[in-house]
Amino acid sequence: MKRRGLFLLQLGFTLLVCAFLVVPVILSMLAGLTVNYFIGVESGLTLRWVMEVWNGYRETIFLSIGLSLACLAVTLVLGVPTAYVLAKRQNALTRTLEEMLVLPVAVPGLATALALIVTYGSLSGFRTSWAFILVGHVLFTLPFMVRSVLAVLSAIDLKTLEEGAASLGAGFWPRFRDIVLPNCRQGILAGSLMVVTLSMGEFNMTWLLHTPFTKTLPVGLADAYASLRLEVGSAYTLVFFLMIMPLLLALQAFAKPRPAKFVAEETE
Amino acid sequence: MRHEVRRLILLLLPAGIVFAAFFLLPMARLFLIGGSGKMGWAAYTAILTDDLYLSSLVSTFAVAAATTAATLVISGISGVFLQRHKFPGNAALVAMLTFPLAFPGVVIGFMVIMLAGRQGLIGQVTQALTGEKLVFAYTIAGLFMGYVYFSIPRTILTVMAAAEKLDPKLEEAARSLGASPWHVLRDVIIPGLKPAFISAGAICFATAVGAFGTAFTLAAKINVLPMVIYTEFTLSANIAMAAALSFVLGIVTWLVLAVARTAAGSSVAAAG
Repeated sequence: MKRRGLFLLQLGFTLLVCAFLVVPVILSMLAGLTVNYFIGVESGLTLRWVMEVWNGYRETIFLSIGLSLACLAVTLVLGVPTAYVLAKRQNALTRTLEEMLVLPVAVPGLATALALIVTYGSLSGFRTSWAFILVGHVLFTLPFMVRSVLAVLSAIDLKTLEEGAASLGAGFWPRFRDIVLPNCRQGILAGSLMVVTLSMGEFNMTWLLHTPFTKTLPVGLADAYASLRLEVGSAYTLVFFLMIMPLLLALQAFAKPRPAKFVAEETE
Repeated sequence: MRHEVRRLILLLLPAGIVFAAFFLLPMARLFLIGGSGKMGWAAYTAILTDDLYLSSLVSTFAVAAATTAATLVISGISGVFLQRHKFPGNAALVAMLTFPLAFPGVVIGFMVIMLAGRQGLIGQVTQALTGEKLVFAYTIAGLFMGYVYFSIPRTILTVMAAAEKLDPKLEEAARSLGASPWHVLRDVIIPGLKPAFISAGAICFATAVGAFGTAFTLAAKINVLPMVIYTEFTLSANIAMAAALSFVLGIVTWLVLAVARTAAGSSVAAAG
């Protein structure tokens, strides 16, 4: 009887925590579709605010999508080979390298962004292009790709597989292409989802790295929150949620077997 | 053999070059610029000697510590509960608790405004109940709420993963020996979860110390270190001071995570 009471108490508490996380999301989605949030939903539902966002901030949406895909391409090219080497050689040197790669996640984005600006800010062509933001996003997301692929590679017997292939005469590239890559598919997939999600939402660095012509979605959000009415900010947030929700759901599905590996790590 | 080593180095090279050119070199430069202002190298100690910076350092640490404590208690209770009791709807609750995992700080700030802002839910409810509107989104209490919101999803995942590995037999044994639920919690569950608490707590703390988006959305007047750095950089154009302060901030967050990693004994995922 006593344990039943304890169970209900904990359940109630957990439901409260859920409400804390979910209620504001629902409120903001609702506000984005309400004619006048101050009056309430009675004032009617409208797509006017969403259209206003689409007309005013369309570019930020496209830039963010492009940026996150470019970021994904770069982190794949840089991250998968790195993870392979880290999995092949597990010694003090590679552990140090892994630690260093994670530094841009441990160090606040503000510091990384300032460092990039004081070093490369004077190259005006680079400073004003979206590639400047891309650099920041790659630094920040690369560790997630590396760790995610590394987690899978460390779990399989890479050595035996590769030796088997080598004994049958396969050179390095065929081995890498036909043995290593297919085997770390899961890790690449999970890492890719993480990279795209994080790049899409990155703000700390991007706020300093952006220019008026390279505004990403979160930068536009901050703009809208500061200067436009609550309904427009909400509608914009709604658009962001719609873009990021499928990614988060997919991430939950794929990250499940090893939640600890993918925890932590964005964004603020 | 030597051939293979050369190949491995070649494979590391692209990431290495990018990392050196766009992180190590800029960080070194940031460090030098921090010492190049009016104050010289004293800029690096200004965070302790200047009253303004010191007070913002103190409030930053206070918010971060309060966030860590609150998040660990909340996630500890709900995480262990959800891991232990599999009931219909359990998976849905876990999904709800973890889906804000990758919300950016600005959006979290807006969520706080939806709850505790001028047109927020808490304001409406308190007005209906007491006639007085409670609005605290634009203060340090709002910031605290935002950081807790932000930290719960990731902490719950860590706690649940650790709770899965706890042996329920230990609790049964303690109970059969007559231990009360409180004693089981204190002597069996909490010690078993300690490594997870340390690593998750360090991530909460480091994240809250370095976060910028939430404070930026809520108010420019919240006196936490990232906001001070931003103000120095943009409004005062005091780049040297901003560089020194952000370098120090980076060292602090890195240290917190490194110490926690040693204390927890296993690999602690870094924060962001």
